[in-house]
Amino acid sequence: MKQTDLVIIGGGPAGMAAAIAAYDQGAQDLLILDREPQLGGILEQCIHNGFGLHRFKEELTGPEYAARFAEQVEKRNIPYLLDTMALSLETAASGEKIVTAVNPREGYLKIRAKAVVLAMGCRERPRGALNIAGTRPAGIYTAGAAQKFVNMKGEMPGKRAVILGSGDIGLIMARRMTLEGAKVEAVCELMPYSGGLTRNIVQCLEDFGIPLKLSHTVVKIHGKERVEGVIIAAVGPDKRPIPGTEELIPCDTLLLSVGLIPENELSKEAGVELDPVTNGAVVDECRQTSIPGVFACGNVLHVHDLVDYVSEEAEIAGKQAALYIQSQAPAGKVFPVSGKDGVRYVVPQLVHQNAKPFALYFRVGDVYKNVRIVVECEGKVLLSRKKQKAAPGEMETLLLKEEHTAKITGPLTVRLEKEGD
Amino acid sequence: MPYDVAVIGGGVTGAMILRELARYQLKAILLEKEDDVVMGATKANSAIVHAGFDAEPGTKKARFNVEGNALMEQTAKELSVPFERNGSLVLAFTEEDLDTLGALKQRGEQNGVPGLEILTPEQVWEKEPGISREIKGALWAPTGGIVCPYELALGAIENAMDNGAALLTNFPAEETRDNGEFFTIRSGNETVEARFLVNAAGVYADEIARMLGDNSFTITPRRGEYLLLDKTQGKLVKSTIFQPPTKMGKGVLVTPTVDGNLLTGPTSENIEDKEDTSTTAAGLDKVQSLARKSVPGINYRMTITSFTGLRACSSTGDFVIEPSESAPRLIHAAGIESPGLTSAPAIARAVVKHLEEAGLVLAENPEFDPIRKPFPKFREMTEEERAELAAGDPAFGRIVCRCEMITEGEILAAIRRNPPARSVDAVKRRARAGMGRCQGGFCGPQVVEILARELRIPMDEVTKSGGKSKMLTGKTR
Repeated sequence: MKQTDLVIIGGGPAGMAAAIAAYDQGAQDLLILDREPQLGGILEQCIHNGFGLHRFKEELTGPEYAARFAEQVEKRNIPYLLDTMALSLETAASGEKIVTAVNPREGYLKIRAKAVVLAMGCRERPRGALNIAGTRPAGIYTAGAAQKFVNMKGEMPGKRAVILGSGDIGLIMARRMTLEGAKVEAVCELMPYSGGLTRNIVQCLEDFGIPLKLSHTVVKIHGKERVEGVIIAAVGPDKRPIPGTEELIPCDTLLLSVGLIPENELSKEAGVELDPVTNGAVVDECRQTSIPGVFACGNVLHVHDLVDYVSEEAEIAGKQAALYIQSQAPAGKVFPVSGKDGVRYVVPQLVHQNAKPFALYFRVGDVYKNVRIVVECEGKVLLSRKKQKAAPGEMETLLLKEEHTAKITGPLTVRLEKEGD
Repeated sequence: MPYDVAVIGGGVTGAMILRELARYQLKAILLEKEDDVVMGATKANSAIVHAGFDAEPGTKKARFNVEGNALMEQTAKELSVPFERNGSLVLAFTEEDLDTLGALKQRGEQNGVPGLEILTPEQVWEKEPGISREIKGALWAPTGGIVCPYELALGAIENAMDNGAALLTNFPAEETRDNGEFFTIRSGNETVEARFLVNAAGVYADEIARMLGDNSFTITPRRGEYLLLDKTQGKLVKSTIFQPPTKMGKGVLVTPTVDGNLLTGPTSENIEDKEDTSTTAAGLDKVQSLARKSVPGINYRMTITSFTGLRACSSTGDFVIEPSESAPRLIHAAGIESPGLTSAPAIARAVVKHLEEAGLVLAENPEFDPIRKPFPKFREMTEEERAELAAGDPAFGRIVCRCEMITEGEILAAIRRNPPARSVDAVKRRARAGMGRCQGGFCGPQVVEILARELRIPMDEVTKSGGKSKMLTGKTR
């Protein structure tokens, strides 16, 4: 059995940033496991630019952003195992963690560690969850699978596409397919607003004249062997198709960008408590999960819009994992943090009474204009900030400074208030 | 040299017949119209081994159901296919339903079904806490079971092929003639000759019969829509939960599958088109509301996929398992709707008996090995087994499908073992890659790449399920 202080499951942006932070905090006996043949995770197939604006104040492509972190990993000689799939995580009676994994070179591996950082990322919601009626021909892909074909394999998944869902990957793929000579007929979004970033709607759809059909969905798929067309329809406020609005769009491809789900099967089996809204672990401000010594960060914790925030969050998890190994983890009372009145979720879900300054990350449940974000603790307003626009597609952050954290004496609530109310 | 026997149709019925034939010293061939076997009702049904209380006493359905049920355990064991006797419950929601259960029990006993019992609601809830609080009672059938139908059929075909039987895919029988000595089956420019012919052509069995002047039955496809749910829902019930049957079938059921998923369906609707396996919004809605009537806690947000199967319903109302009136060396195994999967091992024996009566000489094949080598399943192995497998072959150390924990070694086995997988769906049916919650989102591109490499074709020639179902449309710019 291998032995190390810290195992990081996942070598994408979250795993790499966590490893670097842990190393710099003094946890230098560590190991990254990644299932792909290279570090970088999903960034490797995101060859468009727009990464790193917050962090590096410049526009990088996905692989460039990943390379900046990979260089830091190499510089520190942090070891990593590629093509390596973590299969399970267990906690021994001693509190030690045992990670099992498999790869083609070493076969079946067991690794004993003091702490683990979960950084497995997320996966896309497939067709099944949508229950679209019709046939099951070739030509139906998640946007991410299509992206892998185009950017990693140099193969086109189709020539004439309809995209269902306006998540960021769907928007990016609308542009990518167009640039590769395919025709994107429309992007249909069930909700009355897009789930993607505004900048992506402008740069990926509007600039190419691709129609975004809000409050529309695909109700039927046609074609026996390959997709021959889809029927789309407008939906009412109940999200059900409105009879009479059906329209057939001939196409050979349907791409789905209908949501991302944190990939937490391993966490679940390990007994990590999950938040039913984020589908990620319930964590405190250190990103420690319900299992002491197990930390989580990045899209496995909650789906982020910008990788910059993933890196930020992963650095917290990595640093805190190191402190845990050094027996310097914060102790004391823990209070819940929750969202209400339009705030769908808040990460972290727990906070220590004596917490050091930290940021709250959250998402709203609808599109709001002219609202105030209010953070409260036992009836006291810790902090409030005016916001002209808030949308579910964009993650919000609020920094709690020393003056705010000092006032944490009980549960924290984050809520929206209409300006002028 | 003509074959001794040609079997038309690579579904579970044809598969079991081919394997039965492999026990003897004769040349047998399976003819399949699609790119892969098991593409019809075999890949889209309830996956149930019925106890046998449903069929009218005296019918072939009743006889073969009970016989097939008794044979299933050994058959599954020999073929290394998972089979579980999880028992079935038929729920009663009204006093009237309770009368129906009484009648079913009586019928079952007449058919020779062992262990039938009427349970009180309390007894049912103790067994199955997930069942509706609205029930008035249930019929318990301990011999009901579950099996993966396509795995069973693939196992039977592999075992038959490994014992010398042949398989020809992409061979739709377009014309069939009988010169009194042998049949000539033509598909495109190719022909196959065989002294005896078995018609196991599913929804097309009436058309095969008609080619040889036999108009004794017609087949109507009966559409059944299903929803398959994630493994998180697979533990909601342990047994197979039926509703009281109607004349259109056994109603919507809720059952765990041998792979640990939850399966709900089917609807029941007679249609014209023998190829129409599309699902409908109304059908899928109906399945959901009826299944929730039995098990209210089903979370349909955890749906993995929906699909439609076409049952081959005969105009005679029963299985057609007999020599053709117009061509006595042609044996029908037609109209095999429910309980066809359960009956398949027994039907196979009966068909071979008919062949013998029609003049086929059956000399036992001393080399016949009934045991099919288990298909490697990394996900189901112990730590030691995994370690050993991965140490022996690096392909078993590479996980390709992360949802179902499928290794490259299993995908290669699907492509290299009989009957060889030639498409993404064929790999999926054998190795389960892409069968999980992400439905191939992650492993799809990799499976395409492995298929291209193994079949020595460009990636954009790889199909989803044969024919024109190409996964890709060409290179990027």
